[in-house]
Amino acid sequence: MNQPFLKVEGLKKVFPSPGGAQDVTVFENIHFGFEKGEFVCIIGHSGCGKSTILNVLAGLDEATDGNVFMDGREVKGPSLDRGVVFQSHALMPWLTVIENVAFAVSSRWHDWSKAQVREHCMKYIELVGLGHAADKKPHQLSGGMKQRVGIARAFAIEPKMLLMDEPFGALDALTRGVIQDELVKICAATHQTVFMITHDVDEAILLADKIVLMSNGPYAKIAEIVENPLPKPRVRQEIHHDPHFYAVRNHLVDFLVSRSKLIAQGELPDDYDPLHPPVVRPVAEALKLAA
Amino acid sequence: MKASLSLRASIVSALILIVFLGAWQLATLPPSGGGTVYADPEYAAMMGGAAVQASGMPTPGVVGQTILSQLAHPFYDNGPNDKGIGIQLAWSLARVLSGFLLAALVAIPLGFVIGMSPLMFKALNPYIQIMKPISPLAWMPLALYTIKDASLSSIFVIFICSIWPMMINTAHGVASVKKDWLNVARTLEVNAFRTAMQVVLPAAAPTILTGMRISMGIAWLVIVAAEMLVGGTGIGYFVWNEWNNLNLSNVIFAIFMIGAVGMALDMVFGALAKLVSYQE
Ligand SMILES: Nc1ncnc2c1ncn2[C@@H]1O[C@H](COP(=O)(O)OP(=O)(O)OP(=O)(O)O)[C@@H](O)[C@H]1O
Ligand SMILES: [Mg+2]
Repeated sequence: MNQPFLKVEGLKKVFPSPGGAQDVTVFENIHFGFEKGEFVCIIGHSGCGKSTILNVLAGLDEATDGNVFMDGREVKGPSLDRGVVFQSHALMPWLTVIENVAFAVSSRWHDWSKAQVREHCMKYIELVGLGHAADKKPHQLSGGMKQRVGIARAFAIEPKMLLMDEPFGALDALTRGVIQDELVKICAATHQTVFMITHDVDEAILLADKIVLMSNGPYAKIAEIVENPLPKPRVRQEIHHDPHFYAVRNHLVDFLVSRSKLIAQGELPDDYDPLHPPVVRPVAEALKLAA
Repeated sequence: MKASLSLRASIVSALILIVFLGAWQLATLPPSGGGTVYADPEYAAMMGGAAVQASGMPTPGVVGQTILSQLAHPFYDNGPNDKGIGIQLAWSLARVLSGFLLAALVAIPLGFVIGMSPLMFKALNPYIQIMKPISPLAWMPLALYTIKDASLSSIFVIFICSIWPMMINTAHGVASVKKDWLNVARTLEVNAFRTAMQVVLPAAAPTILTGMRISMGIAWLVIVAAEMLVGGTGIGYFVWNEWNNLNLSNVIFAIFMIGAVGMALDMVFGALAKLVSYQE
């Protein structure tokens, strides 16, 4: 059987409480997968366990049960194959922008010369539009610029998969838009596989090929997997003119507003199978009839 | 406004100095009535009366002369009881620096281990807590008995008093390194040694340096007392020796020098701290 590039099997996470009596099962029986080159977003309410899943994929956290496979190999511990963009940018404040990226690059390619490392770093720093700030310290940068350095650092090690935990959560709408555009460009150029957490429905529609919907916790489930009907390339200023845009958007908002809670209360379709969460492709009613 | 603030501060400082010197001058003026009158006759007897100047205390002018003549020949050496201030300070500094460096060699690696491992922290904490409040001079008899060398014993005393602030601060700095930075290193598969040197050390460096600065301050306080106790050489011995000679103006000069050197040491560590500090 053909295995997907990334495969999550029966993932479960229990956080033990000190007494043991009130152990919290954040989620269990989580199954999903996606292919190389896909951009996947995961959406769900606060506390449902998105960050926990991402940390397990990164190898930074261990699941209580279940396995993750990437490219046919089991994920056990962190690896250079998976780059992580942290929500709080996690730049080292005593290093300049280029030194921060170089720290990652020289970890990936131990035998590179200084000039090689520098050239490679500059390529990615310029990719995120920060060529002029390469020798600045993080505290001299704005929040958006710091986050872009974090993205450059993660891209620079050319990982097989990129993991991003609400990378733009702390940014204002304008900056966020600019970086989203950059991300779209970089991903189109590099065919990077990305797994990203977001709270922003529009961001998910712009960036994602697949959107994984998680119901509320505890015992959170993968409610369904939404395929984005909007064709690539998607442009931020234009996607809302796409005939399917509001169909997807309404579907996602409906889920967040009401269905995520109902599912947590047990209102699942009769044929729900956690091994194969339903895949839906919301399209505009008019076009559905025509087709 | 900033320049004018420091200007005004300098003026106030100068005024304080003038008032202080004036009060000193007034207090130490020889009484016009002639012979010395001591409040306590026993004290007068002990001091041998005539050996002390009119008021006992030298005037600022006398101390000023002492300072100038001492600083003019800081390195003269007329035998064990009469050496220049430069030589005495060099001895004290050498002892402080060797005790301090030895302490750093032990305290910083150990602090790393304690900071990284909650187990080691819990295991070593009781010892640290009981050792920390012991006055370093209390170790002196044990040191003299086991080491049998006065100079090495004072180095040991410096070692034992410098070690705690450095160790505790290192442990604290290492333990509070942001988890995010460690996670960055983990996702990059950076080995433990490189993580320690390139992530933990620079992250904790400001805290470690604060510990070193505190240790150095304590070491400089303690060396004076230690040298008074064991004698031979050093600024502490100098003070005690001049007290025995009843040369108070040399004692005051030595006090002044202890303050100046202590301030210089603190400034060195202040500059080092600035070098490794970072802004988040
Ligand atoms: N170390 C921990 N100990 C106990 N419970 C934890 C721990 N970490 C997370 N949890 C719990 O696990 C649940 C999922 O946490 P997680 O951070 O994965 O949520 P999330 O979906 O990322 O939320 P958000 O959108 O707010 O970031 C939460 O209910 C949280 O309280
Ligand atoms: Mg989260």
